[in-house]
Amino acid sequence: MSPGAPLPGAEVYLDHAATTPVRPAALAALTEVAGRVGNPSSTHGPGRAARRTVEEARELVADRLGAHPTEVVLTGGGTEADNLAVCGLYWARTAADPRRRRVVVSAVEHHAVLDPARWLAERAGAELVLLPVDAAGRVEPAALEAELAAHGDETALVSVMWANNEVGTVQPVAEVAHLARAHGVPVHADAVQAVGQVPVDLAASGLDALTVSAHKVGGPVGVGALLLRRDVAVAPVLHGGGQERGVRSGTVPAALAAAFAAALDAATADLGGTTARLAVLRDRLVAGVLAAVPDAVVRGAWPPGGGDAPARLPANAHVTIPGCDSEALLFLLDRHGIAASAGSACRAGVQQPSHVLSAMGVPDADSRGALRLTLGWISTDADVDALLAVIGDVVARARAASAVR
Amino acid sequence: MLAALSGGVDSAVAAARAVDAGHDVVGVHMALSRNRDPFRTGSRGCCSIEDASDARRAADVLGIPFYVWDLADRFEETVVADFLAEYAAGRTPNPCVRCNEHVKFATLLERAVALGFDAVCTGHYARLVPGPDGAPELHRARDLAKDQSYVLAVAGPDRLRRAIFPLGEVASKQDVRAEAAARGLGLSAKPDSYDICFVADGDTAGFLRRRLGERPGEIRDEAGDVVGHHDGAYRFTVGQRRGLRLGRPAPDGRPRYVLDVVPATNTVVVGPAEALDVRRVAASDAVWFGPAPGEPVRCAAQVRAHGAALPGRAWATADGGVVVELDEPLRGVAAGQSLVLYAGTRVLAHATVRAAHRATAVGAAG
Repeated sequence: MSPGAPLPGAEVYLDHAATTPVRPAALAALTEVAGRVGNPSSTHGPGRAARRTVEEARELVADRLGAHPTEVVLTGGGTEADNLAVCGLYWARTAADPRRRRVVVSAVEHHAVLDPARWLAERAGAELVLLPVDAAGRVEPAALEAELAAHGDETALVSVMWANNEVGTVQPVAEVAHLARAHGVPVHADAVQAVGQVPVDLAASGLDALTVSAHKVGGPVGVGALLLRRDVAVAPVLHGGGQERGVRSGTVPAALAAAFAAALDAATADLGGTTARLAVLRDRLVAGVLAAVPDAVVRGAWPPGGGDAPARLPANAHVTIPGCDSEALLFLLDRHGIAASAGSACRAGVQQPSHVLSAMGVPDADSRGALRLTLGWISTDADVDALLAVIGDVVARARAASAVR
Repeated sequence: MLAALSGGVDSAVAAARAVDAGHDVVGVHMALSRNRDPFRTGSRGCCSIEDASDARRAADVLGIPFYVWDLADRFEETVVADFLAEYAAGRTPNPCVRCNEHVKFATLLERAVALGFDAVCTGHYARLVPGPDGAPELHRARDLAKDQSYVLAVAGPDRLRRAIFPLGEVASKQDVRAEAAARGLGLSAKPDSYDICFVADGDTAGFLRRRLGERPGEIRDEAGDVVGHHDGAYRFTVGQRRGLRLGRPAPDGRPRYVLDVVPATNTVVVGPAEALDVRRVAASDAVWFGPAPGEPVRCAAQVRAHGAALPGRAWATADGGVVVELDEPLRGVAAGQSLVLYAGTRVLAHATVRAAHRATAVGAAG
């Protein structure tokens, strides 16, 4: 007997932080617009129609995220927006003031921020500064304050994510923005995980730049945006036809933009209701896992808080389970038709150690048993029940397999 | 059933046959190295990211789930470290044997059983036949040119009870390639792998030098005279002729071979070919298929993966080893090699060579 029955795909999807199902409104917009000809940069009728679609999408994105339409730079996704923010802000700021070479980012950033920052340090004369986090994965504003007090006039940019993709910890972005701007330093936040789970508003946040991705809110993969204040200078990463304020060349994909806007519209329509619903599910999920596996440890901010300013994203649950390898846990859950994640990056199928857990001071031996369960707009009590029905057996069996040397 | 998928044609066809046989098959690729090259180079068979992708595509075509298991630490500890330690100790290891002993038919198999699988299916060329007492007999593959029973014997009957080798009965590798093509597996033209998988570019001497460092020493002849120098005794294997770079020719002008590697003095001993002739081989850690025989048995002994099996008599020793006395001398046997005893196509035992006694030194024992 092999474990479980072979399934064509997951019956229970608990990996919404990786990507979430496309919402019906987004799919409808995508298929409708994709069938029409027209380059938004063309002046003829079809071009004007495509331009109108793009601009309506841009206005909607701006409206939902507290930005002016001219502040929405459409990109090929979150990674591209992060790269544009980190490299573009660095190049523009050092060009204006060559002393400013320090790139200050949190130690728990997504690789889409960390790796371009490292690249700048290795290849473009930048000095990389990693901001430490506490045991919950939260950046300590005092550390940034000290860093800027000492080196504020040498700093090219600050980038601290709105919420962490692995453990869901919400960062004090308003404080970070306030400190950075006091020193004339442009500040960026990767809000890919935050949008649709907590209120995100560019103007109110005090940030200069903010990354958002469509497919994390029920839009298609391959489109996102960098929200960029009008008065902030950014050097382009992609050069060409000069679209998107000249900072992001390339034909603007009208169908993707329309689908992105439709998804964002749905994701933010009743944010308070969504947040409350997800938090109740998440709390039941965590309580159930802890009941079945009493020595599991919740990672990230816990208790999670609530309302408009939670300490943790309402859809995120993350535990480490002693004596287990993520590999075995994910395999057994998959055999039960449950899609979950270890949270950290995977390279050619092999789980890589989590730099996030490491920065939080979690020992490597504990990180090996990381399990991230993330909810989304299709999640129901039945999904939580399905996970809780098997987690005890799955952990017992994963422990037996992980004990094999 | 768990099908180990290396990314090569053999394991893919083996998995396909397991699916055809009605098993519930899950494909698993073993990641055996942390820093993997993006693309396959030369004749290394399984260690690049491209190989993992090939394995994944094979699983897609077969319609089976696929996972990568990270066994890099285990592989490094038990296969690569053993390989280095054995060479450093003047012995000649076979890393494929150690991998089967410690990784494939140990960690992989036991982890699979712990996760609920019944058996592990691989693309090895060998046959498992139910024996009279229910324990499996291991036989040479029908295609003797591809036979891998020599490197599998170390696993022993208890572990091979949970192994399945669907390619044991195929007539030739060409048939496997044709079957892969017919099944739409895009691997049918992939070259065979034969080098040591963890030695990039096949340069074993260079790998040993990088990992063990240079250790200059002397090369002496049988009389003890210094006839040359080397930069690491571990680079030499009993029976080796090339690469000695001796300063002085032999007095009789005949080619000289490595007769012995003495790590204690970091000395390599060379001499004429006939000094390599061995009549009796002592080996340890014997694994018998069936009960160890109480008295000497006629058998054929093989000491190299692609060497001939030579007739002789073998007997079990009280300390769990085995001694084989050959009818005709065998040239070049080194400590560390696997000794596999056969009765016809059937494997009798596996053991690890500890000492080879020269033809001239054979006594009347046994």
